Amino acid sequence: MLRILGKIQRLGIITEPLPEPDRAALEQVGEQLKARIGEIFGGSLAIREVDAGSCNGCELEIQALNNPYYGIERFGVHFVASPRHADLLLVTGPVSRHMEAALRRTYDATPEPKLVIAVGECGANGGEFGVNYASCGAVANVLPVDAVIRGCPPTPLSLMLGLLEAIGRRRVGAPGEKAD
Amino acid sequence: MSTDAWIGGLMESLSGAGATAEQAPGLSPARLIAIDPGAWGVLGEVAARHGCRWVAGWGEDMGESIRINACFEKAGAYLLARTAVPRAHPVLPSHTPVFPAADRPERHTQDLLGVSFSDHPDARRWTRHQAWKTSEHPLRRNFPVSGHPPEKTPPDHQYPFLLAQGSGVCEIPVGPVHAGIIEPGHFRFQAVGETVLNLEQRLGYVHKGIEKLAEGRDAEGLARLAGRISGDSTVAHAWAACMAMEKAGNITAPPRAAWLRALMCERERVANHLGDIGAMLNDIAFSFGFYHFARLREDWQRVSREAFGHRFMMDCIVPGGVAPDLPPRFIAAMRDEARALRKQIGKLMAIINDLPSVADRVRGAGVLKPEYARALGCVGYVGRASGMDSDVRRDAPYPPYDRLQVAVPVHHYGDVNARARTRLEEMAVSFDLIEALLAGLPAGPIRAPWPPPAADAEGLGLVEGWRGEILSFVRFGADGRIARFFARDPSWTTWPALELLIRDNIVPDFPLCNKSVNGSYSGHDL
Ligand code: SF4
Repeated sequence: MLRILGKIQRLGIITEPLPEPDRAALEQVGEQLKARIGEIFGGSLAIREVDAGSCNGCELEIQALNNPYYGIERFGVHFVASPRHADLLLVTGPVSRHMEAALRRTYDATPEPKLVIAVGECGANGGEFGVNYASCGAVANVLPVDAVIRGCPPTPLSLMLGLLEAIGRRRVGAPGEKAD
Repeated sequence: MSTDAWIGGLMESLSGAGATAEQAPGLSPARLIAIDPGAWGVLGEVAARHGCRWVAGWGEDMGESIRINACFEKAGAYLLARTAVPRAHPVLPSHTPVFPAADRPERHTQDLLGVSFSDHPDARRWTRHQAWKTSEHPLRRNFPVSGHPPEKTPPDHQYPFLLAQGSGVCEIPVGPVHAGIIEPGHFRFQAVGETVLNLEQRLGYVHKGIEKLAEGRDAEGLARLAGRISGDSTVAHAWAACMAMEKAGNITAPPRAAWLRALMCERERVANHLGDIGAMLNDIAFSFGFYHFARLREDWQRVSREAFGHRFMMDCIVPGGVAPDLPPRFIAAMRDEARALRKQIGKLMAIINDLPSVADRVRGAGVLKPEYARALGCVGYVGRASGMDSDVRRDAPYPPYDRLQVAVPVHHYGDVNARARTRLEEMAVSFDLIEALLAGLPAGPIRAPWPPPAADAEGLGLVEGWRGEILSFVRFGADGRIARFFARDPSWTTWPALELLIRDNIVPDFPLCNKSVNGSYSGHDL
């Protein structure tokens, strides 16, 4: 135990302020984010991540948001296990046809108001896979999408900025459209 | 080094079965044999008697007939057996009765090409859910890449899962959408109290039509696609695909490119092992370990990005070589980085190994018996933690590993602890390799010119990715475009192992056991 505490003390806090060029933008978006999360989501934003057909590259970068460098929970953002607890769906991948129904059901299980963000080139436009016998392509071909975060995969930093931006833009109380 | 003495013996046992050796330089290190379809089952029996591993199987619509391939390995020597069945009546004996490893791959071929394996013990569909009809076969030539999907694809239903009945047996369905930030798949547990009686997997949820999408692509397009078979193995898959294409075209990547490919591949191995060891510690609620390993992984990926321009080194391996060169300052920087990381891991493990609460969770959990690993042909750390002493880098070495010493850690107990230890030791081997690669990095060009390979040229790529052996096959059509591409991710060999190793463990240990194996859903579903 002492060694664990020693290690923790020696390493200190490595969570970083974001790089200089982005900092101004982030501060601004961060302020909006806090205000919006306060207004819409009662101070905490719960995200349900859905891999709807990804190559898993996007998942790795979303997971990285929880590593101590990015520590996204400090912005009041946390990932939840059930769509019933979620305010926002973060959807990756071209939507595979085999995941289409599961994705729609996840959307339907998410209470209003809700946001959908399509992540990655695949989520944005189908990426390398496009639309085919097994793939529906972009998330927007299946669900109403509020924002996209591009990149293959988007880096944790662009995920964070994209997330903050999408929420900052969101009109309060706008009812989500139905998927069907 | 490989020894192919057994292939002669196997050919002798097959005399009378119409087996003939064929010439196919692009398919080296595998030797190619053609065999009558009627003797396909005999081939399986003979290969099993010779103690071979069933590596992979795939088919191709050749017009009048459907060609079927099965690849075997023993002692680092590979044999590629090939037969053909008439398109009008595509029936073939199965290898599954003697090689359980052939089970799902044969069902994949059944679903995508419409070949039926007559004595397959379990002919349920596998990759197909509800996006195309039983009568449709996406890899047939007359099936358009766009298919004929319904307006909305219904969820899969009426898949005949195994049932367990009796007092106290309860069924726990999990997925496809899982609780964490992970890939989708379905697990059906039968449990008595907390103890798992049986687990059945249902995969195929992230099937994206990769094999079909490959058709008609040029070499660069295929490398990009292969780099997205499984994002965590983007380097290894792109390398395997490029190796296959290069062999088909008799093109050799320059030495510097080969060394840089290996440098990237070892970096990918270390990144994934770091991430997974952290995640295993997270699954036993030891968040100290999780955060430290996540930190180390992040540091490592940042250097990959600085050096090669991408955190996963995606699209860095291209046909004929590599896209980015390594800026000279990274020779010293990466060497120091590897040394520092080795030290950091040592310090952390000294703390972690000291904790009885960690040992209690990982020792004896999720035991994969060596005989099961052998029957399933498990590769990578899952196989090596259960006594399977194999590594393509050592056993069928490809440049630059033909010039390097690759130590292969092997354990025999097959539990979560053995898999974690194997992975820690593999990182140490990677650090040695990284130092050797940086020290010996040849000068010169990083990419060979790419004259399009001739129509019908075939190539085989075999690469030891971080999950284990990847097999990649290509056949070119006209204009340097791909006619057929097949990739066998190592996960095909380890997913079935998870079903066996979880038996008699408690349900709450599933995440830990699953993470210790960490099969790729995307790499499997294609
Ligand atoms: S955007 Fe790129 S990393 Fe993300 S799922 Fe698609 S191919 Fe993979």
